[in-house]
Amino acid sequence: MHDPHVLLRVISKFLIPIIALFALYVQFHGDYGPGGGFQAGVILAASVILYALIFGLDAAKKAFPPSWVRIGMTIGVLLYGGTGVVTWLLGGEYLNYSVLAHEASHGQHYGILAVELGVLVTVTTVMIAIFYAFGSRQPETDERDW
Amino acid sequence: MAVSLNASSVAIPTIALDIGLMALLVVVAFAIVRMRSLFAIVMLQGVYSLVCAAWFVSLDAVDVAFTEAAVGAGVSTVLMLAAMLLADRKSEPVPMKRQWGPLLIVLIAGAAMILAVGDMPNYGAANSPANSYVGMDYIARTAEDIDIPNVVTAVLASYRGYDTFGETVVIFSAGLGVLLLLGLNGNAGRWRAKPNGHRVFRPSAPAAAVSKTSDETKPNETKKRRGRPRKSKASTPDGGDK
Amino acid sequence: MFSEFLADYNYIVVIILMMTGLYVVFASRNLIKKLAGLSVFQTSVFLLYITISKVSGGQPPILEKAYAKDYAGLAPETLIAAAEGAGKAAKGHGYNLDITYSNPLPHVLILTAIVVGVATLAIGLSLVVRIREVYGTIEEDQIEKADYIYNLEGTAD
Repeated sequence: MHDPHVLLRVISKFLIPIIALFALYVQFHGDYGPGGGFQAGVILAASVILYALIFGLDAAKKAFPPSWVRIGMTIGVLLYGGTGVVTWLLGGEYLNYSVLAHEASHGQHYGILAVELGVLVTVTTVMIAIFYAFGSRQPETDERDW
Repeated sequence: MAVSLNASSVAIPTIALDIGLMALLVVVAFAIVRMRSLFAIVMLQGVYSLVCAAWFVSLDAVDVAFTEAAVGAGVSTVLMLAAMLLADRKSEPVPMKRQWGPLLIVLIAGAAMILAVGDMPNYGAANSPANSYVGMDYIARTAEDIDIPNVVTAVLASYRGYDTFGETVVIFSAGLGVLLLLGLNGNAGRWRAKPNGHRVFRPSAPAAAVSKTSDETKPNETKKRRGRPRKSKASTPDGGDK
Repeated sequence: MFSEFLADYNYIVVIILMMTGLYVVFASRNLIKKLAGLSVFQTSVFLLYITISKVSGGQPPILEKAYAKDYAGLAPETLIAAAEGAGKAAKGHGYNLDITYSNPLPHVLILTAIVVGVATLAIGLSLVVRIREVYGTIEEDQIEKADYIYNLEGTAD
């Protein structure tokens, strides 16, 4: 079968895992260089969006099911808020990470890691959700479809 | 490290780069005003974001540049293209007589702001109010308090954790709003709204025609929705009698 | 006069860009073009904030390590002074705080504003899609005309 987009497919299949890996690098290297949860979330979502653009929305929904999106949106926010609740229970103020470990700066490290993870999950899933919503909408509501 | 302190040797190419980027931005912005093809407008908006990201790097805001390049030039362009695909390809020309009013407002507002520029601190002033107090305190204290090199991450996640929590909730609710308006599978609200609020439900949607299961659930949903106003109508007279 | 202008040219260009975006929002009658203009306007406001945060001769606000090689090959007297400086830096967990850094606070504000901006843009676009499905157009004039005609016909369905 002759496929006009074979080059695009091969190259993007090679690139998509690297984009996802780069997102994780940006996420966990955010303490030391430019980056963080917001950027990593958008890049991770971009890898899924690229997959959907090249291989079709149905294939993307198999790789990243819409139910994950619905769960991930809430889990991200809960992870962020839950970090605050944990610091609360440990005797500090809300979102004061210093109480998470014996040494204050180590506690801050753990807190920032947890919070950035929450941001990553929320941003990734919300961006994918928005793309799914726009992408799977039928372009025209023709009368013959009823 | 000694090189970075010698600012005068770096200044001339930086100013040339800045002026070039600014000229590009102005050209792109004016092109957006003049264009009528929505595809061109959306792509130029992505170009505008990307050039902005380049300028952010020149202004030392590497984190912001990163975000702008990923979000403004990447995701928002894709979203606008998807929306354009669902809406329209061309915008209709606006008659010249309807453009004078906006032009006048914009010119007056711009002139007022340019007059106010004289009161602004000089570009790059280290002792301006914005750069004097809390921002520089964050730099001085991050090394001791948090012990990570990237001050932006430290301020974002720790010092201003409440802010970022709020932003996360805003993103969450924006995603929720899009899902309510369009649906995760693109089949939310397949009814035709009348302009003054009357709803006419369409039991079968094009998306529902594909799968039988959703076709069966749709009429039930419609009945439920139709039943709700009747119930509330019945309850309000009772409350009025008492 | 010219040097004054050169000191403030950033602000003037940003104001021109802002007003261009605002003009698109006001003058254009197409909803998607309006949103593109709003996006330009928004990005210009980000530029204004970042312009203010720049400190001339500054570095991006990522703290640099106080490396030992900075002190190599120096005279003993300066070495002692440098060691005192290093002691001061060690108080800052080995980061070099003597370098000028740009102001990180506006960066943080704008960083979150960009992501929130794309989220609100998505809401606006989905509203545009729904308007298009109901009215069959995204031109404001035609939407207003459809509303006007509908109201003339009365509320009876």
